[in-house]
Amino acid sequence: MKILVCISHVPDTTSKINFLDNNTKFDTAGVQFIIGPYDDYALARAIEIKEANAGTTVTVLNVGTADTEPTIRKALAIGADDAVRVNADPTDSYFVAAQIAEHAKSVNYDLILMGRESIDYNSGVVHSIVGEMLGVPSVSPVMKLELDGTKAKLSVEIEGGKESVEVNLPFVAGCQEPIAEWKIPNMRGIMSARTKPLKVVEPKNVDGGVKLQKFELPAPKGAVKMVSADHVSDLVNLLKNEAKVI
Amino acid sequence: MAIVVFVEVAEGKVKKTSLEAVAYGQAMGGPVTAVALGSVDKAELENLGKYGAQKVLHVADDRLNQGIVQAYTAVLVKALEDEKADTLVLANSSLGTPVAAKVATRINASLVSNVVAVPDTSSGFVVKRSIYTGKAFSFVDMKNSKKVIAIRKNAVELKETGGTAAVTSYSVSLSDTDFAVKITASEKSTGEILLPEANIVVSGGRGMKGPENWGMLEALAKTLHAATGCSKPVSDMGWRPHHEHVGQTGVKVAPQLYIAVGISGAIQHLAGVNSSKVIVVINKDPEAPFFKAADYGIVGDAFEIVPKLTEAIKAAK
Repeated sequence: MKILVCISHVPDTTSKINFLDNNTKFDTAGVQFIIGPYDDYALARAIEIKEANAGTTVTVLNVGTADTEPTIRKALAIGADDAVRVNADPTDSYFVAAQIAEHAKSVNYDLILMGRESIDYNSGVVHSIVGEMLGVPSVSPVMKLELDGTKAKLSVEIEGGKESVEVNLPFVAGCQEPIAEWKIPNMRGIMSARTKPLKVVEPKNVDGGVKLQKFELPAPKGAVKMVSADHVSDLVNLLKNEAKVI
Repeated sequence: MAIVVFVEVAEGKVKKTSLEAVAYGQAMGGPVTAVALGSVDKAELENLGKYGAQKVLHVADDRLNQGIVQAYTAVLVKALEDEKADTLVLANSSLGTPVAAKVATRINASLVSNVVAVPDTSSGFVVKRSIYTGKAFSFVDMKNSKKVIAIRKNAVELKETGGTAAVTSYSVSLSDTDFAVKITASEKSTGEILLPEANIVVSGGRGMKGPENWGMLEALAKTLHAATGCSKPVSDMGWRPHHEHVGQTGVKVAPQLYIAVGISGAIQHLAGVNSSKVIVVINKDPEAPFFKAADYGIVGDAFEIVPKLTEAIKAAK
């Protein structure tokens, strides 16, 4: 069985976000980049499936510039067999999805996993677009994925609950917790990752019809107003008459 | 430019976020045709006129009582074509977002999700969207003639303008492949206010000490017509279900009022709540980082403060 795991290369969740060049460029100074947390869940589940099913291979794919290679090597250290980097700046969801679909067309993956969304642009649409482009079903956000022959049983989160879903392979899944526990690479994994194949391919030329103009940071929050624990009704007054939210 | 709005229904009612999607279409200049699928009260659909829908196409196919993304996509693509519409507007949700992505791919539309404001058309067609999990915004020009816009809660002010929409029944022939994803069971809390839809959210953290103490938060939530949420550790320990987990890797909320009880305010939790209009933090630790992100704070024992707060709100009503 062949599994493709698509990973994003994103700022660590604790990063302070700043922009440069008149709010047109992300400021990478002091920012640590990681595998997207949701993608990391997808990768962990793929490795579990590989460990339980002999002959399974896991390929990781990232659309990114050469800066993302340490992130890709980390995915290889966690247990993926090989990697593909599509050499391009991931400008928008359609562009990224088109690169994934282009690669996947030539391989016949049984399963294409990724996170429910990347934590930088939060679009949450790449898995759906990939499914549409390949003509296979896509499901998200998947919290549980069990294979049963040529089909899979999934648990999918919906607002206020969850659904049990059945779908035949191949399909695309956007993953989230608690599908698997994040895996931490061990020393042997880190050593072997150095020599695992990482193929660099040039992107397909596509235009999703969206163009980023600029970024903006939210207006800073004012100082917190403290209320004494002995006068809880003061808080109610403030919420009612000052903030006007109740 | 005709606009189609996908209206989501739950338990026979139109979701509040879908009313906002209709209002968003109206704010763009309409005319708006709403499309609803599955069982829903007719009065609910007529009521969409109040928010700007001229007409409503209703697909009363029982198979669509379940939110099957592929089938919904097929219906909306056909509706856009029949209505000669070039724009689809819908609310971001577990169903809406994938439908937006699939429709956009099929009709070659510019697609933007997480949109927080009405487009600026003074130069191009520029929408503002939330990025970096609420820590920033971006402005994106949608260049294709066809557009699909998935909005976040509060992207537009909900105003009633009067009027009743004409409801027409509508059908689209669907194939087996549209039902390739089978929903075999559904577990859903009924009758409660859903977290992503709520105007007020009451959340509890580890400071609540155990699931048995959630009653007081539920009582406060009930008094405020609020939804209840929780922090990641609380959901990880199984005190509360995962769909109540608010934060970076859980639900991102944007209510008018967010009340955090016994939550220290890790940056990953703040990422899920930083779009809230007003934040109240109740914590016994005056050094809790959440106070820095709050509008109002009380330092003290949650077990004493929460019941007092519930009583004070009841008294003020």
